[in-house]
Amino acid sequence: MLAELALYSDRLFFGAVVVYVLAMVLHGGEYSRRRSERVALVGAGAAGSDDAPPADGPDARPRRDTAERLGRMAVALTVLGAGLHLASLITRGVAAQRWPLGNMYEFTSAICVAAVVTWLVLLRRSPASRPLGLFVLLPVLLLQFLAGTVLHVPAGPVVPALQSYWLSIHVTTIAVSSGLLLVPGVASALYLVRRTGRSNAVLDRLPSAPALDRIAYRTTIIAFPLYTFAIIAGAIWAEAAWGRFWGWDPKETVAFVAWVVYAAYLHARATAGWRTGAAAWINVLGFAVMIFNLFFINMVVAGLHSYAGLG
Amino acid sequence: MSTEAPPRPATAEEPPRGGGVALLRNTWRGLTSMRTALVLLFLLALAALPGALLPQRSLNQDLVERYFADNPSIAPVLDALGFFDVFAAPWFAAVYLLLMVSLVGCVLPRTVEHARALRAAPVAVPRNLSRLPHHGSAELPIGLDEAAALVRGRLRGWRLAERSEGSGDAAGRSFSAEKGYLREAGNLVFHLSLIGLLVMFAVGKLFGYEGQVIVLSGGGQFCNTGILGYDSFRAGLRVDGTDLEPFCIRVDDFRAEYEHTGQPSSFTAWLGYQTADDLAAGRTDSWRPYTLAINHPLRVDGSRVYLLGQGYAPRFTVTYPDGQQRTGEIQWRPVDQSTLLSEGATKFEPPGVTDDEQRRTRQLAVTGLFAPTSSGGDVVTSVFPDLRNPEVAVDVLRGDLGLDDGRGQSIFQVDQSKIDSGELVRVARANLVPGQSVTLDDGTVVTFDGVRSFVSLQVSHDPGQFGVLVFAVVLLAGLGASLSVRRRRFWARLTPVPDDDGPARTVVEIGGLARTDRAGYGEEFDRLRADLLDAKVAATADNEES
Ligand code: HEM
Repeated sequence: MLAELALYSDRLFFGAVVVYVLAMVLHGGEYSRRRSERVALVGAGAAGSDDAPPADGPDARPRRDTAERLGRMAVALTVLGAGLHLASLITRGVAAQRWPLGNMYEFTSAICVAAVVTWLVLLRRSPASRPLGLFVLLPVLLLQFLAGTVLHVPAGPVVPALQSYWLSIHVTTIAVSSGLLLVPGVASALYLVRRTGRSNAVLDRLPSAPALDRIAYRTTIIAFPLYTFAIIAGAIWAEAAWGRFWGWDPKETVAFVAWVVYAAYLHARATAGWRTGAAAWINVLGFAVMIFNLFFINMVVAGLHSYAGLG
Repeated sequence: MSTEAPPRPATAEEPPRGGGVALLRNTWRGLTSMRTALVLLFLLALAALPGALLPQRSLNQDLVERYFADNPSIAPVLDALGFFDVFAAPWFAAVYLLLMVSLVGCVLPRTVEHARALRAAPVAVPRNLSRLPHHGSAELPIGLDEAAALVRGRLRGWRLAERSEGSGDAAGRSFSAEKGYLREAGNLVFHLSLIGLLVMFAVGKLFGYEGQVIVLSGGGQFCNTGILGYDSFRAGLRVDGTDLEPFCIRVDDFRAEYEHTGQPSSFTAWLGYQTADDLAAGRTDSWRPYTLAINHPLRVDGSRVYLLGQGYAPRFTVTYPDGQQRTGEIQWRPVDQSTLLSEGATKFEPPGVTDDEQRRTRQLAVTGLFAPTSSGGDVVTSVFPDLRNPEVAVDVLRGDLGLDDGRGQSIFQVDQSKIDSGELVRVARANLVPGQSVTLDDGTVVTFDGVRSFVSLQVSHDPGQFGVLVFAVVLLAGLGASLSVRRRRFWARLTPVPDDDGPARTVVEIGGLARTDRAGYGEEFDRLRADLLDAKVAATADNEES
């Protein structure tokens, strides 16, 4: 029964991947279909008001063309994918009879769900950023591919050190903040591309550079306190599990480095001359450090945090 | 975008003074500038990285030694630079101390500034409100006083300053309002708690200690009376080991459970303990019970006791030809954590021999491998970590164990040089299950009696950790406030419309400015505008006011 459920969990995971891929294809269609309309979008948000009204309001759009329909379908599929994905995590937890964040496969999968949900929430608040979808789904799919192939392990129990309710607090908040931080990482990277002023069919659809910058900042300031909390929760857990709250274990060290990099990002936002370009670079760097911590440290360096389950 | 540079302490340009003072002042200013803080943050991140990428002495001495063996040319250089002890290296300390100095230099003036801002009235209304990012105006069919009451009512909860403007018939009124002071307060609290956190961290490093000790289950005892009781001990810089809290622990029982794969699913040790107070009061025969488990340390007398690991101590009895018996029981070291295959050496002194010379030819050691669940067969290995089918594969050695050489030797091994020199000779080799024995050439019988579990405990003492926790929580609250609260300003200028006959009318101009990067003021401003400038709403609000 439980083994069967674990199988369903894997299928749901696979289903989510397939649906995300379809969503990406539709997003791609959205780009290629729409040529020169909606130039208005490019400048939207740069104007005086903070929250630019969605540029695809009724009058910005002459009629619902194919591209618009494709875009909407892409979003609908993303929602469906997120639902399957979430269901995959939940069934996994039931199958293993524990919180489903006990190894790298589950952790990476949770980061992806968090990133997709973040993206959907963002989209609700500013529908004009929809064309960003392709670029959010791209790294998500990459991570999921790794999770489903290299990292996948059968559902099973975890070692005693991980049998603690702090697992659910610490690891969940780390996963959610990592997922949240994926979005600003992508937005900042695109900001850097957009800022060069290059123009092509894809780039022109993206939100304007200032809008991307705002997406990055607003998401980061939600993710950063959560990440801070996650690190503190980890320290509290480490005090109970390992005998010290902080021991400069490789994982802890790189988490600290990432935290400092994001602190530097927030500082850069408040420093004349660093506010935009440099800040975006720092944000991208911050996400790179998070990913480095997830893969390199777990798989190559290990240490106490070696729950990777990869032997 | 309605952003504005965050408030920076305005340092008035002072006239140049003597070289030394100027240099000092410029250094200080440079050090406490935002740009320096940024650079230092990067340096901190960079300096911490080798701590994750290179093996660290504080974590794993063995890995450091392996690194030396693998990279004989660069390892000594890295070592000289402190790369195997990054977090104790002077350059690492230099970076974070500079950062702290910069932080203090940055935050203290800001605190003063903020305290002043809290008492000061919000800044006067700009001359031209329509040049602000948010603005609006309307002519309302109400008198000046009513309009003023309306504005006042709507701006409840804002810090508000009301001023009169102009004179005579055109005498109007202006309102300056500001909200979101919590942001700056949060920011200051955040940065100040960083300092507090670091100080408490340092307290822990100075006055804390950490020691590991192995205790046999089934009644083994340990008292925290001094460093010598420990197998290994790491003392803080201000700890000399003379002043530990003298609690005692007795390990009554231990149980490990495993999945069928051999993966452990739980470790539990049943303890009795006596606090320092119990001992001082002479209550030495009663023990307080505690169930120790992973993630569930015992907290006693400001210290914590952790269950770190486990292993086995095989018991051997040697029956000498004259009938005398000696029993030895000491922990053997797990060499494979997944099967708990263990190695060790149980050493015996011959009984009743007083002559040192003679004694040194007749010492015995039982050394080899222990398998909790033996594979069976000639070559003993372990296939499961639990005690299902214990067996030892041992060599019995006789001769000089080298215990009198004055050199410390491992409790897990015999001195190989004594074997090489022929002073210690193998006299038997056997695989034994509990109850079996092997007889030596002189009639001595060595019996493998059975096995006991041992637990490896860690005692940790960190007087700073509670402070660290408190500062961490305050830090988080400060961060939350700082990042979620928006600092924003709002102004209104009311000018009466001179009209002697008709009903009173007032022109209301409003303007707003978000002082921080956090966008979103637009919506709030729109609501303010609707409430203040929409004549219909204004009229009802006016009714409520009067
Ligand atoms: C230990 C090093 C430091 C860390 C980890 C750190 C971290 C942070 C973080 C996370 C923020 C954003 C949250 C907030 O606004 O409260 C921030 C903001 C700020 N920090 Fe620091 N900081 C450090 C040192 C400094 C120093 C040395 C200065 C002075 C030069 C400084 C000045 C500021 C200022 C002015 C802001 C406000 C930015 C804004 O209003 O958006 N910080 N810091």
